[in-house]
Amino acid sequence: MTVTTPGPSTSAGLRSYSLSTLRALEAESIAIIREVAAEMRRPCLLFSGGKDSVVLSALARKAFAPARVPFPIMHVDTGLNFPEVLAFRDEWVARQELRLIVASVPDAIERGLVQEEPNGSRNRIQTPVLLAAAEEHGFDALFGGARRDEEKARAKERVFSFRDDFGQWDPKDQRPELWSLYNGRVHQGESIRVFPLSNWTELDIWHYIEEERIPLPSLYYAAEREVVERGGMLYAVNEFVRLREGERSVRRMVRYRTMGDANLTAAVPSTATEVHAVVEEIASARMTERGATRGDDRVSEAAMEDRKKEGYF
Amino acid sequence: MADLLRFATAGSVDDGKSTLIGRLLYDSKSLFADQLENVEEVSRQRGDDYTDLALLTDGLRAEREQGITIDVAYRYFSTPRRKFIVADTPGHVQYTRNMVTGASTADVALILVDARKGVSEQSRRHAFLASLLGVRHLVLLVNKMDLVDWDQDVFEAIRAEFTEFASRLRVTDLTFIPVSALLGDNVVDRSERMPWYAGAPLLHHLEQVHIASDRNLVDTRFPVQYVIRPQSTTNADYRGYAGTVASGVLKPGDRVTVLPSGFETTIAAIDGPAGPLDEAYPPMSVVVRLADDIDISRGDMICRPQNAATITQNLDAQICWMDGSAQLVPGRVYALKHTTRWARAKVTEIAYRIDVNTLHRDQEATSLSLNDIGRVRLRSTLPLFTDPYTENRATGSFILVDEATNRTVGAGMLTGARGTV
Repeated sequence: MTVTTPGPSTSAGLRSYSLSTLRALEAESIAIIREVAAEMRRPCLLFSGGKDSVVLSALARKAFAPARVPFPIMHVDTGLNFPEVLAFRDEWVARQELRLIVASVPDAIERGLVQEEPNGSRNRIQTPVLLAAAEEHGFDALFGGARRDEEKARAKERVFSFRDDFGQWDPKDQRPELWSLYNGRVHQGESIRVFPLSNWTELDIWHYIEEERIPLPSLYYAAEREVVERGGMLYAVNEFVRLREGERSVRRMVRYRTMGDANLTAAVPSTATEVHAVVEEIASARMTERGATRGDDRVSEAAMEDRKKEGYF
Repeated sequence: MADLLRFATAGSVDDGKSTLIGRLLYDSKSLFADQLENVEEVSRQRGDDYTDLALLTDGLRAEREQGITIDVAYRYFSTPRRKFIVADTPGHVQYTRNMVTGASTADVALILVDARKGVSEQSRRHAFLASLLGVRHLVLLVNKMDLVDWDQDVFEAIRAEFTEFASRLRVTDLTFIPVSALLGDNVVDRSERMPWYAGAPLLHHLEQVHIASDRNLVDTRFPVQYVIRPQSTTNADYRGYAGTVASGVLKPGDRVTVLPSGFETTIAAIDGPAGPLDEAYPPMSVVVRLADDIDISRGDMICRPQNAATITQNLDAQICWMDGSAQLVPGRVYALKHTTRWARAKVTEIAYRIDVNTLHRDQEATSLSLNDIGRVRLRSTLPLFTDPYTENRATGSFILVDEATNRTVGAGMLTGARGTV
């Protein structure tokens, strides 16, 4: 095929007609979000207040502007959120004109839908709460901010990831996904998890936050916080993490790389108090974000694969 | 400005494909300390002699247990010049569909050949699939050069044999690199043990390979994905057509024609993610506003009046069959997705089935089974706006979906007057 230089607007010479990595990723994500809105009956965007879901909801806003986002966002509230994250959520929802649904894990415990686990982690029990809320609202597509670079089970997941009527993922029997021709067809009760940020890396996300000046919960930026060291990780001392016998806290400059439950998410030593410093820090980081900060992924080699099979994101 | 390059790797367990990717990540310093510690630990527990870098990509429990790659895994790394998305695909014939999936979006395909074994049926199959899927740049990596004493004659023999085979394929750019994925020679760093090789190491080649002109910037195709009409008082008059530019360049003021109605109008404005744009080109996702109020919905296509896609209900395509539970047979009806349009399509004829190892065409074939590829004719319930796949990946491709199970069962590439895949 011969490629001629099209159009009269090329007076400056040859145009490269090439998109930067970030703009190519943005274009792909927006196309995926629109495709879901066009094809699925009742989509919903899962929002945790973490940077990925903030970027995802910002992309959803762009995808439909100047109209509003044509689907709600849902927060699965474990009752163990950092207060800063909840405050940020409410401000963000108002500013982006989003419709928020809250599915509460403490309520589900009270209703007997799930039971508190002995180790205090609500990571596993949030899955049934998520599935029950999705069923109650009749959602047939749930957007998540997961990225394939996060974890090796995620590296195998489709952009449109089929779930059966129990919300289960079968990694050995996934629908082939070719070109950008996504197949969102489901029967009653089945659903699709959609991951528009599949091809982004942690660094891409931060570059985008910087370029687009996207606000985040303040915990993502370094500040002096009271922390205690447990199992090689630094946990902030707060209403969810209390000092145990024999432990001593220290004040250190730390920030969070992920926003999980306040009792399980560790901070990392950092002096990055604003977004550009974070970008530089991530660019030279030698640990993955989950390896560095998530107690919940340390359980076993295939912890994430197992949770995903049960319907976790 | 760093751009994005997608490449697919093909080769079986024994060819060292996962090791190669591990090596690329490791030597380009794209690995994290905890990922490396993790594979070192698993290797140690299994009693391996050296750290098995393949464990970096084989993420599922079954894959680790059986030492095989089951599904396409996507990996990411970047250098100051480019960001790379790697589709790591399994190589065995029973995973042809996975290789097809990985190659469908790739700019470059890497094919590994074991230097001791030479060009195998499998390498031929991988090259054929890459060319069928429209991957224009092929890199043949002659791996395990350490096991043939870095012998130039071995490399040259493989090059000569493969070049002869590739002349039967639609490949515009073919590169040969002698490597040892295990030891790292010519992966990221130039090998000192093969001074006779004058070319670039693999990573350098991937950073330099020119892909910008692979895109079709001539034939304007904009499949309408979603109609944006704010239900609010502030933007009551706004009506925009959202979509991804499949090919060509769109600019405000351009005369356009809308398929299937054939109405002509002018582009009034183009809105991008950050506001109004002077022009839009692939793969941008934009909103096009038109000067006249005409009835347009999802599945329609905006083209140029003198250069529109072919409107047809008769499809002639190469189909890769991806379903293990049922065969493709004449008479059956499937759901079909092409650009942003769903239709139903009936198989009217199987012209032939291709033996992916020998490229022999079996004209007696009456069905396609899992991993088969064949030339098939279909008739669709709605007109589709098509181009030959060789000229346009976006308007020349479609998927078939089983209407009972909703599974994606086939991938189709349209042939055409000028397409002779």
